[in-house]
Amino acid sequence: MNHVIELEGVAKRYDGAGAPALGPLTLGVAEGEALAVTGPSGSGKSTLLNLVAGLDRPTDGTVTVAGRRVDRLSEHALARFRRAHIGIAFQFFNLLDDLTVIDNIRLPAQLTGTGRRAAAARAGELMEMLGIQQHAHAYPGRLSGGERQRVGIARALINRPELLLADEPTGALDTAAGHGVRDLLRELHRGGQTIVLVTHDLALAEACASRTIHLVDGRLVLDTYARDAR
Amino acid sequence: MSVFGGGAPARVARSGAGRQRVRTVVIAVATMMAVASAVVAGTLMVVAAAPFDHAFDKQRGAHLTARFDPARAGAARLAETGRLDGVTASAGPYPSTTIRPVGRSGFPLPALTLVGRSDPHGAVDRVELTSGRWARGAGEIVLGSSFEGPGVEIGAVLKASDTANAPALSVVGFARSSSGTADAWSTPAQIGPLAARGHPVTSQMLYRLESADTREQVLAGRAGIAAAVPSGALLGTQSWLDARHAAGRGAAATVPFVTAFGVLGIVMSVIIVSSVVSGAVGTGLRRIGILKAIGFTPGEVVRAYVAQALAPACVGIVAGVPLGNLLAVPMLADTESVYGTVSLTVAWWVDVAVPAAALLVVVLAALVPARRAGRLPTVEAIAVGRAPRTGRGRRAHRTLGRLPLPRPVTYGLATPFTHPVRALAMLLAVAFGTVATTFAVGLTSSLTAVGSSQDPESRAAVTVTTVRAPAAAPPPPPPVVGDDGPPSPAGGGEEPPSPAVSGGTAAGASRPAAADPAKVRSALASRAGVESYYGKLRTEVAVAGVSGAVRASLYEGDARDGHHALLSGHWITGRGQIVVPTRFLERTSTEVGDTVRLTYRERSADLRIVGESFDTSGNEPEVHADMADFPPARPDTFLVEVKPGVPAEEVARELAALVRPLGGDATTVPPAERGGVLLLMDALALLLTLLLVCVAGLGILNSVVLDTRERVHDLGVCKAIGMTPRQTVGLVLASVGALGVVGALLGVPAGYVLHGLVVPAMGRAVGTGMPAAVLDVYTPVGLLLLGLGGVVLALLGALVPAGWAAGTRAATALRTE
Repeated sequence: MNHVIELEGVAKRYDGAGAPALGPLTLGVAEGEALAVTGPSGSGKSTLLNLVAGLDRPTDGTVTVAGRRVDRLSEHALARFRRAHIGIAFQFFNLLDDLTVIDNIRLPAQLTGTGRRAAAARAGELMEMLGIQQHAHAYPGRLSGGERQRVGIARALINRPELLLADEPTGALDTAAGHGVRDLLRELHRGGQTIVLVTHDLALAEACASRTIHLVDGRLVLDTYARDAR
Repeated sequence: MSVFGGGAPARVARSGAGRQRVRTVVIAVATMMAVASAVVAGTLMVVAAAPFDHAFDKQRGAHLTARFDPARAGAARLAETGRLDGVTASAGPYPSTTIRPVGRSGFPLPALTLVGRSDPHGAVDRVELTSGRWARGAGEIVLGSSFEGPGVEIGAVLKASDTANAPALSVVGFARSSSGTADAWSTPAQIGPLAARGHPVTSQMLYRLESADTREQVLAGRAGIAAAVPSGALLGTQSWLDARHAAGRGAAATVPFVTAFGVLGIVMSVIIVSSVVSGAVGTGLRRIGILKAIGFTPGEVVRAYVAQALAPACVGIVAGVPLGNLLAVPMLADTESVYGTVSLTVAWWVDVAVPAAALLVVVLAALVPARRAGRLPTVEAIAVGRAPRTGRGRRAHRTLGRLPLPRPVTYGLATPFTHPVRALAMLLAVAFGTVATTFAVGLTSSLTAVGSSQDPESRAAVTVTTVRAPAAAPPPPPPVVGDDGPPSPAGGGEEPPSPAVSGGTAAGASRPAAADPAKVRSALASRAGVESYYGKLRTEVAVAGVSGAVRASLYEGDARDGHHALLSGHWITGRGQIVVPTRFLERTSTEVGDTVRLTYRERSADLRIVGESFDTSGNEPEVHADMADFPPARPDTFLVEVKPGVPAEEVARELAALVRPLGGDATTVPPAERGGVLLLMDALALLLTLLLVCVAGLGILNSVVLDTRERVHDLGVCKAIGMTPRQTVGLVLASVGALGVVGALLGVPAGYVLHGLVVPAMGRAVGTGMPAAVLDVYTPVGLLLLGLGGVVLALLGALVPAGWAAGTRAATALRTE
């Protein structure tokens, strides 16, 4: 099986001598798989996501994403790798308030050197797909939470990444908006997008994920596959 | 008690100051620089005039000193001039002449204006005896206090001249005239017997005028007096303004530029302190909200934030006052030398007023943003970071985002528009830094031009002297009032011993034989490598109406190559002409076109003033005339130009081989040494510029640090979505680069204009205009480089926070609010 993510004995300690916040953990995520990571607060979910995204480095072990050892990449190479292979959707959206919706979405494409027009075309395509095209020139502050999260997801997908990481994507949304995002993620998964979804929401995990792992105190305690995914 | 005071606001201020180290350092350094500059500027302004004015008032100094021909205007007629309109008091007539005494060891003193007065008192010019007593009878003389020293003390016996039967004069006292009416005094009855051939007795009248603040007013007074006596009776006059200029020339010249730096420093400090405190409020809103939520009153918040600025400012003030005093010391020393025993220190009130004013400025600068912090609603403050920002800068982001530049660059370019006030402070910091640099570069170039224009001999390729260098310098005479120091070695200040007079001094001092100038000329004519040459003699002459000796350069041949920079008129082209400096015109109340009488070795000549030379040598102006007007004069130096492609060293070697056997020498001209005051001004300009540039850099650093801290979350987002560290650095640098360009575009012209205002003011302070060579010192390329310097300054200030932004882990940045 072709793994997009491979973790080998990964551990992360924030203080040298204490117990690890995560791991040791060995895990593989296959291409096209939608993995939900669940667990209580402090279980290491966000740490796992940060390690996979290359936002943080493991204390021990190796992290391989799309065939590259991200734990060994320099900051510069990591940034280049991330924008080409990984899209991230955040709980609090993390949109840039100074930029319009379309400018927020096409920013990662422009960082790779894609021309302004080509990036705008791809952004338009995504906005249409996500139903936010009417807000293209609005500023994030004027959008609802659900709309902002769609903008965040569109931004994460602009460079057609192999891997989409979603950190509590419905955590800051009301129920209706949360359902909208859930449907969107499910659609993306059906389209073959590999997703790692960190969430407290077991219903969201069940609705979107083909596989769920459960962490407690940084350790993997449960690894289950959805019935239709087996 | 500390400046923080006590209680909770004090603890908050202390922790704030400790937490924001960059901000604390910036306030301390900015204040220190402003205080130091202000202390120097204030001190120099006081020093430039006050001691002279005090001494002049105390002595009821003469606004105008006039010399008359007693044969044409008798004592009664002269006494009547004291009752003319505009004359408030007068003294005289006193008999006066010029003598050239010889010291015990045989060295000649400079030519001295000797005035016969029965006592030092009077309605005008109450001469101050600094030691000894006044002359009571024949054979007694009182010398100017500047002559007092190991070689000449009370009881010393001088000979009135170098002739064998010259009368002896016993020094009985030393005295000082702030108006500079004489170099020596004796009883009136002695003047006639002491007058030498060529130096007849004249009548000296001293006047105080109703209005004498400007040259024009003094000239008007002179005109009235001249009209009241028969034509030709008035031989010459001397204005008090000349003595005043001379007294404070060193300090006075530096006042305009130190003031400019002081004002720049103070304005920049105000901008930086207010921007720093304003930034502290802007970025500390959440903290302010929390403080208010836990019970701080608005007044306590204001106190806490003012104290955060005040504490480092006090440190800066405490450091700035001694630094300013230290920087003022060389200037004070220069001025002190003019007043002899008068000790000059930084005025106590300058040391009190400047720190007090600085404290007031800092409190006012901090109060505005601190009051904003106090007024901020708690909920609004605490919600910062969670609520969407104001819409400032969005249009700039949209517009600049369309530029065909990398996205991080366009994003960075739009950043300043989000915080216009902070951007303005940064812009002003760059602009002021560029102003200071542009001004300092111009000033240094002007000072260099002044230095080279004062030493035209350095333009010659080879210098041939009629005596060997070690023997060229005569025994040093005592300094004359306000003398800059010994005359330059090239001239020696004394005419060289011609073969005819060699070893002929009355005192019997032996002198080495000098080369015959005619033989030196033959040697020069025989060398193929010599393109042209002219002869020169630096000596002293007497000028009718001017007290004491006047330095003169007499030229033989075509001396155009060695001409001084001219402010008006033209260089001497032949006999009967003289070029004089501005100070000479003021001193003698003459203009270009007038005629003056010069006497050299008992040969007098009436010369027409054809040019006004640029001369900053203070109260020792040098006049330039044709040697042919004074037959006894012979050149002691030949300035030689070599043919193109011929090495000067080779010509010097060949000429040396020819003239050394004759007693002379030949060398290549060594580079001109900068004068003390010029060096001092260079050093001060460099130091003050460095301080200003450092403050500007720190101000930029602080602004960018604030900006980066505030945007750290956004930068974290950018990094999370793929912005590389290099692109992050590019973003941060672009955010200041544009400000750097605009700041440079403002700063370079402002610095240029400032130079155009200050340099002429410096010239006016020492009583001269400035020639084009001194004023037009900027080149287009130089100005472009100075502009680039402003951009570099901005980028350097932003480099550290840019590196910090690039190095921060995305995960860390995303956790930051």
